[in-house]
Amino acid sequence: MIAEFGLAALWLAAALAALQLVAAWLGQRPGGETLALLVRPAAVTQALLCGVAFVMLLWVFARTDLSVLLVAENSHSEKPLIYKIAGAWGNHEGSMLLWVTIMAVAGGLIALIEHRLPEKTMLATLGAQAFVGLGFYAFLLFASNPFARLFPVPAEGQGMNPLLQDIGLAMHPPTLYCGYVGLSIAFSFAVGALLTRNVTPEFAKVMRPWVMGAWMFLTVGITAGSYWAYYELGWGGWWFWDPVENASLMPWLAATALFHSASVLASRDALRTWTVMLGVVAFSMSMIGTFLVRSGILTSVHAFAVDPTRGTFILALLAINIGGALALFAARAGTIAEGERFAALSREGALVINNVALSAVLGIVLLGTLYPLVTEAFSVRVSVGPPYFNPVSAIFVFPMLAVLAVGPLLRWRRDRLERIKGPLIAIGAAGIVVLLAAWLMAGIALLQLLGLALAAVVAVSAFMPLRGRSLKRLPLPVWGMAIAHFGIAVALFGMSVDSAFTVEKLTAADVGQSINVGPWQVRLTAVEPVAGPNWTALSGRLSASYKGGPAHELVPMSRTFWAPPQTTSESALLTRWNGQLYTVIGGGTADGRWQLRLWWKPFVTCIWLGGLLIALGGFLALVGRVAADVRRRVATRKIAVRRAEVATA
Amino acid sequence: MTAAFKPKHQRLVLVILALLAILAAGALAAWALKNQASYFYIPSQIVSNPPDPDRGVRLGGMVKVGSLKTAPDGVTMHFLVDDGKAEVPVTFAGIAPDLFREGSGVVAEGHMMKDGTFVASNLLAKHDENYVPRELQDMTKQQARETVAETTK
Repeated sequence: MIAEFGLAALWLAAALAALQLVAAWLGQRPGGETLALLVRPAAVTQALLCGVAFVMLLWVFARTDLSVLLVAENSHSEKPLIYKIAGAWGNHEGSMLLWVTIMAVAGGLIALIEHRLPEKTMLATLGAQAFVGLGFYAFLLFASNPFARLFPVPAEGQGMNPLLQDIGLAMHPPTLYCGYVGLSIAFSFAVGALLTRNVTPEFAKVMRPWVMGAWMFLTVGITAGSYWAYYELGWGGWWFWDPVENASLMPWLAATALFHSASVLASRDALRTWTVMLGVVAFSMSMIGTFLVRSGILTSVHAFAVDPTRGTFILALLAINIGGALALFAARAGTIAEGERFAALSREGALVINNVALSAVLGIVLLGTLYPLVTEAFSVRVSVGPPYFNPVSAIFVFPMLAVLAVGPLLRWRRDRLERIKGPLIAIGAAGIVVLLAAWLMAGIALLQLLGLALAAVVAVSAFMPLRGRSLKRLPLPVWGMAIAHFGIAVALFGMSVDSAFTVEKLTAADVGQSINVGPWQVRLTAVEPVAGPNWTALSGRLSASYKGGPAHELVPMSRTFWAPPQTTSESALLTRWNGQLYTVIGGGTADGRWQLRLWWKPFVTCIWLGGLLIALGGFLALVGRVAADVRRRVATRKIAVRRAEVATA
Repeated sequence: MTAAFKPKHQRLVLVILALLAILAAGALAAWALKNQASYFYIPSQIVSNPPDPDRGVRLGGMVKVGSLKTAPDGVTMHFLVDDGKAEVPVTFAGIAPDLFREGSGVVAEGHMMKDGTFVASNLLAKHDENYVPRELQDMTKQQARETVAETTK
């Protein structure tokens, strides 16, 4: 019954989306005012129904109701409850339902709270949101029904990929999806603004918090995904340029460009056309990412099912949504009046460079990701990895970071370099000092060297905009900017130091033997069997001491799951303020030794710390904007009440 | 600076600037892709037409039964990758993936040495029933079925 209830809620939600679309369309016409009144309630109800459907799915997973096909295929009764619930979105159908639910909830929210734009534009926006939503409802209901029943009911489920049985899974996809799908709001606003020819600073102001929120979730999602891959996959790497990672990086790049250009539009009424285009591009990147991941074109832990129908379906959705929006853009771009002008040396000028560089990197990542698919059409199999992505994107990222150091110091409209001579010298000096210091240490490649110098430049410059201002009265968004930019410096520092100074040791050790890796001495004290709820493992006991200090124990494992039967390596990590010791145990050798792989990774944690700082910056900016909006609303309401009082008196 | 940008044509200048940057990125990417993409080989291709030693490639095939030897250090492995027509000696130092064993499929990432051995920096093995490296999916289909029959048991 639960499953049927969920399915019914989903069908109703789809019907409401159709109603929302039709009402928004007809509501624009003369005499359609009554229909237009339906749009907002429809959006809100649709969000509630989707929420109900999603809760029903969680419920069947929590109960391990094996008469539901999806549960039988992906779950198992002997699994911790948290993974049963997380398992609801650890598969194709469930994750698509999560996608649609977030999309409906976001649409419901703008319907509920957004009243700043002209109603006509809002109607078009909500109509666009319903249109995109309908496509995904159709995909769910016709090609990936999460509530399909299974008969006869099997005695036990097939279990879940052990790689996915991790607390990371509970958080990673929902976070990333909030980011992906949150960008659909920017897409709908852009389409709404184009349809009603209403590209104004107000439009940018309304769109900006949504982009910022989605971007923040993407940042957290990418950071968490990177850390998860780092400790779960046991290779000691934190970014693999895997197509699936690129699929999340591309919307992030587009969203980063978008909220920077939206801030130009909001503050200065410039870059109108560009901002609208980025609004379309950002969500297009989310959809392309979904297509790459979900179509089965790529095989990885993320590709749940290889099913050509689904791939074709998503491709069709992609073509309709992106093609439609770009065609609309092409038709209307000429009618958007040119915005305010600015000099090359100005805040706007710096932000233009930021946007162009981000778009270039986006293009590079997109080409690198699609290239293997293209060559495959000609029966040539290639894979594209770090030797392509690292240097080629660095060519654009590094100059962009140099501009990042200067841009926030510049004034809007027009500025002179002499005015900011002092800070510029300080920033440049920091860069040169670090560059020389790093260069004097032997064995650092050019990329790491430049990375370290730029990290110093960006770190010093991040807080320059705060100088001479009262820290108490500084608006939150400015704090957010400083912290996010500082986060970039921290992450870049971590990346550069990790790739320049990591020490690795691979060996087969006897029990009792000591191994030196960097400043650490690691002793294998024992190897013993362990049993978990649904796995057994061989665990190595390691005793590690840093420069002869006290010993810490690490217990890396090699786990064997029995449903489905599979072995995974569980790395063990020891975190110090200045880095991480990363240990992996492999199998035994014929002569009774054990394979050990140890890394000392100095300051590697800075990578994720930086990622979180970037997200925190976004969060502060978001809170600042929302608080300002709330204050404005309260003030308007007070004025309205006052007026009414005056009128009645 | 301002004079260079005739105010009227600012949008045009911006569009050209953006186009130039994107074109430059595209050209750079195309050039780098040609040089940096790592191609997939099967043993008979790599034997008849070996790639440059400095070029990263992927080699896919079956781990020949009886060829897997571990060096005295306990972590370096030597084995032969075979497609029924040719075989390539492979060296790998590291912890092999869990489902890496004789007679099963493997994709090795690395490069060819001048002496004809393949030095792998990473091994991708069949992970479980649901996750097979893409190259291997097709390979078992394309390659002579007897290869699979005689090497997998």
